[in-house]
Amino acid sequence: MIFIEQAKKIFQTKNGPVKAVDNINLSIQEGEIFGMIGYSGAGKSTLIRMLNGLETPTEGSVTVAGRKISTIKGSELRKARQEIGMIFQHFNLLWSRTVRENIAFPLEIAGVGKAERMKRVDELIELVGLQGRGDSYPSQLSGGQKQRVGIARALANDPKVLLCDEATSALDPQTTDSILELLVDINQRLGLTIVLITHEMHVIRKICHRVAVMENGNIVELGPVLDVFRRPEQPITKRFVQQVTEPEESKETVQHLLAEHPDGKIVKLTFVGVSAEQPVVTELIRSFSVGVNILQGKISQTQNGAYGTLFVQITGESAEVAKAVAFLDAQQVDSEVIEYD
Amino acid sequence: MIEQWFPNVDWEKMWEATYETLYMTGISVVITFVLGILLGLLLFLTSKGQLWQNKAVYGITAVIVNVFRSIPFIILIVLLIPFTKALLGTIIGENAALPALIIGAAPFYARMVEIALREIDKGVIEAARAMGASTWTIIRKVLIPESLPALVSGLTVTAIALVGYTAMAGVIGAGGLGNLAFLDGFQRSRNDVTMMATIIILIIVFIIQFIGDTAVRKLDKR
Repeated sequence: MIFIEQAKKIFQTKNGPVKAVDNINLSIQEGEIFGMIGYSGAGKSTLIRMLNGLETPTEGSVTVAGRKISTIKGSELRKARQEIGMIFQHFNLLWSRTVRENIAFPLEIAGVGKAERMKRVDELIELVGLQGRGDSYPSQLSGGQKQRVGIARALANDPKVLLCDEATSALDPQTTDSILELLVDINQRLGLTIVLITHEMHVIRKICHRVAVMENGNIVELGPVLDVFRRPEQPITKRFVQQVTEPEESKETVQHLLAEHPDGKIVKLTFVGVSAEQPVVTELIRSFSVGVNILQGKISQTQNGAYGTLFVQITGESAEVAKAVAFLDAQQVDSEVIEYD
Repeated sequence: MIEQWFPNVDWEKMWEATYETLYMTGISVVITFVLGILLGLLLFLTSKGQLWQNKAVYGITAVIVNVFRSIPFIILIVLLIPFTKALLGTIIGENAALPALIIGAAPFYARMVEIALREIDKGVIEAARAMGASTWTIIRKVLIPESLPALVSGLTVTAIALVGYTAMAGVIGAGGLGNLAFLDGFQRSRNDVTMMATIIILIIVFIIQFIGDTAVRKLDKR
């Protein structure tokens, strides 16, 4: 659906040229929810804008839905843009228009007749769950509702691709989740390809199928979300993964528990995919005469299954403890005995 | 009682002068609005980072606007006498005042238009581009509606300035309340005529301000 080949973007600034995007190759499949994560200045904002021609690459090419966005111009580019919806961090609604008129705007641009427009707007209002708010102005809506209008507007011309530019970064956690659920729903119902950029790993975990980690204009890590979560390679990726798995204090807690319970063994269990639903701990307690003390744990759902870590302390006869650890190793669970640092 | 306080006022002349002032103000406001919007859009669109970014066009337009905005109005009228004469064949009467009024006010309004357009959230323009809007559509459906309250309040200020300009134009023969106050009031030492003309001008200004404020309140949905 989307092909980016050797794309580079260099901005000329007063302090000399700045490479925002540096030789990126990427292909995104139809129906995929693809996430790009990076800190600000990583180039993700420039990259997503290349997908609808708001930025043109200095070198390389960008193809979206069979159209070479990086070279077309004028009315051809405008036509192509009508098939690529975009939503924004700050919603970018027209304050002078009501919800209905905002959603109708891209239809006006596409030259859709009035009756057809009204019909389509009604459908979209229902799709995003804004029934009864059609005649409100954006200033009368909450952040989450504004983003729903943004989504309805982006979907008005039945686009093939939806670009999300930090779409939930200005929303509170609860509203973020409801918007993310709406995006997944749209992806499944309409088969829409979604490309999103964010700096929150939570967003990636919750809805993306694949993720690209960006740093200094490059993609430093790329893969299915679950794989990246399980085996983050780059330091930056590890930091992002930690955002959603390991609370920062756990290391200290573990050190503290190691000091308090020198007799036991502390094991870190990593669950991925199906194994997260197995009753491993129950079986451990039933099969061995050991005490199991759960220190800390967190399980997160991703689009392709669950991912989680659990810290347990196993106490008892050392022979029995050793058997218990061996049992854990045999399970479909990554286990790691933690020792004193 | 009014007769008592304003014994020298010839009401027929006063109403005629009021009509002339309203005529000059009305016509010049309409044309200033159109020209100011065009010039303001040109300034905005050719400025840095905008759709038609063009240093040369921006620079030339900005210089012209600044020059005409800086010339004191009374001098501008005098400077434009040959131009007015060539255009209308006369330099006397309400119509003869119009070129000077418009040339004096349009650059002033153009700057206000430019400022109003700059206030528009850049993200909204980007969103419209991302939807595939042409520049013409962006002007018509984003730039103008999104800046309308500021355009209207700017026009209110400009219209009030124009009322003042018509009075100045009146002194050198354009008719209207300024002309009446100067010739019948000042030169014949009839202070009541000057006072009445002033009162009517004040009423006109208050009405313009009231209409402008009401319109802005109605338009602004932020």
